[in-house]
Amino acid sequence: MSFSTMLSTMAAGMLRTCAIFFLTLLGSLPLGLGIMLLRRSKNRLVSSLTRVFIAVIRGTPLMLQLLVWYFGPYYLFGASIKGWRFPAILVAFIVNYAAYFAEIYRGGVESIGVGQYEAAEVLGYSRSQTFLKIILPQVIKRILPSITNEFITLVKDTSMAFTLAYQEVFSLAKQISASQTSFMPFVIAGVFYFIANYAVAFAMERCEKALSYYN
Amino acid sequence: MILEMKNIRKSFGSLQVLRDISLCVDSGEAVSIIGPSGSGKSTLLRCATFLERVDGGEIRYLGRAACTGEGEYASTNELRELRRAFGLVFQSFNRFPHYSVLKNITEAPMLVQKRDKEEVLETAMGLLRKMGLESKRNAYPCQLSGGQQQRVAIARALCMKPDILFFDEPTSALDPELTGEVLKVIKQLAEENMTMVIVTHEMPFARAVSDRVIFMDGGVIVEQGEPEQVFGQPTQERTKQFLRNYER
Ligand SMILES: Nc1ncnc2c1ncn2[C@@H]1O[C@H](COP(=O)(O)OP(=O)(O)O)[C@@H](O)[C@H]1O
Ligand SMILES: [Mg+2]
Repeated sequence: MSFSTMLSTMAAGMLRTCAIFFLTLLGSLPLGLGIMLLRRSKNRLVSSLTRVFIAVIRGTPLMLQLLVWYFGPYYLFGASIKGWRFPAILVAFIVNYAAYFAEIYRGGVESIGVGQYEAAEVLGYSRSQTFLKIILPQVIKRILPSITNEFITLVKDTSMAFTLAYQEVFSLAKQISASQTSFMPFVIAGVFYFIANYAVAFAMERCEKALSYYN
Repeated sequence: MILEMKNIRKSFGSLQVLRDISLCVDSGEAVSIIGPSGSGKSTLLRCATFLERVDGGEIRYLGRAACTGEGEYASTNELRELRRAFGLVFQSFNRFPHYSVLKNITEAPMLVQKRDKEEVLETAMGLLRKMGLESKRNAYPCQLSGGQQQRVAIARALCMKPDILFFDEPTSALDPELTGEVLKVIKQLAEENMTMVIVTHEMPFARAVSDRVIFMDGGVIVEQGEPEQVFGQPTQERTKQFLRNYER
């Protein structure tokens, strides 16, 4: 297999890796917000249950969660898992990352002084207006560095989809390397992850710059 | 009567902070509240602005009840309406750091009061001119001095066109050389007969701008009257003692 065939075969895997990455963010960034709101709920039961949920998600390996989400429906309900591979991967990643994002959001929200809420309240902002207009924008600025870290971890974590034999870059690299007895696929995969993370870091730095007009 | 507070009681746990306080403010009146720290001045303003709920007593704005009896509050909608009657300027400014000066001032009137954008902008620019901040309208709060930030906060409150404006130690967080510019603005408002309640430790200022001075201590009003009387011939021993600390 020539280098260019190798590259083009792996390109499909790169696309799948990117799909996991972007779809995970698309799902987990908003879901994390919802989980954070539940975690901060005044209802004791709701906030405790959410805390346990977050503890479980953060306290068990993502690889295990992938297996549970994929095989769970079969073992628990005897359901057919045909065509469930990619959705299961997304669910596992989204739920996992949402738990982390929820805690990052919570740290950000709790770092905003009570004065901001009180000023908004006296001016007549409703609770949702206060959150969306006053609190959230300031939270985003504060948590951006932690979010960047999660993004970079996610780029690398996508390789765990390999557990479910999903043909993303890492799985393909391993397969091609074995069949061609070549080390090159691993080099290609490594360069791909590095470039992807470089792009992520670059984009996030631009975001931080864009928000640096105030402190 | 713009504000009527009657027999207000407020405790934090076992600590009784307001004991049966009554405060009425007439239209056009400037009232100063002085007193040692911990005497409940902030708590009184926070109760007046619904940031704290009272345990008992009555609060009325323009005759409409916000709270009656044993701390029974009006509906959320009614309270939202009543909030239009007042503004509050905090000791620590609490300006919105992610908004420009202009947006700090104009967002609430447009978003909350649903007022016309052109009219709000015009009002805001008028206020900025009055505060001497016209050239800073596109600046962000972090680019301003403390005195300028507090003037933005005052403009933000005024742009809501409140019937009464509360100030909680508006200059206490400022460097001494910056207090003057903020006091000047408040003085100007008093001359325009803005209805105000000002908690302050600036005694000469309180004496100069207020129609009435209230001395609070231990959660009660110890003495009140015209500034010349309270500052010149205080009748209560506690008032005399307190004022003695401010001589020199
Ligand atoms: N949220 C609160 N919880 C408990 N105690 C409070 C709270 N707010 C104020 N206090 C107490 O109430 C008393 C009066 O406080 P405050 O109204 O801030 O006084 P002042 O503004 O006159 O200095 C103080 O002893 C203060 O510690
Ligand atoms: Mg105070």
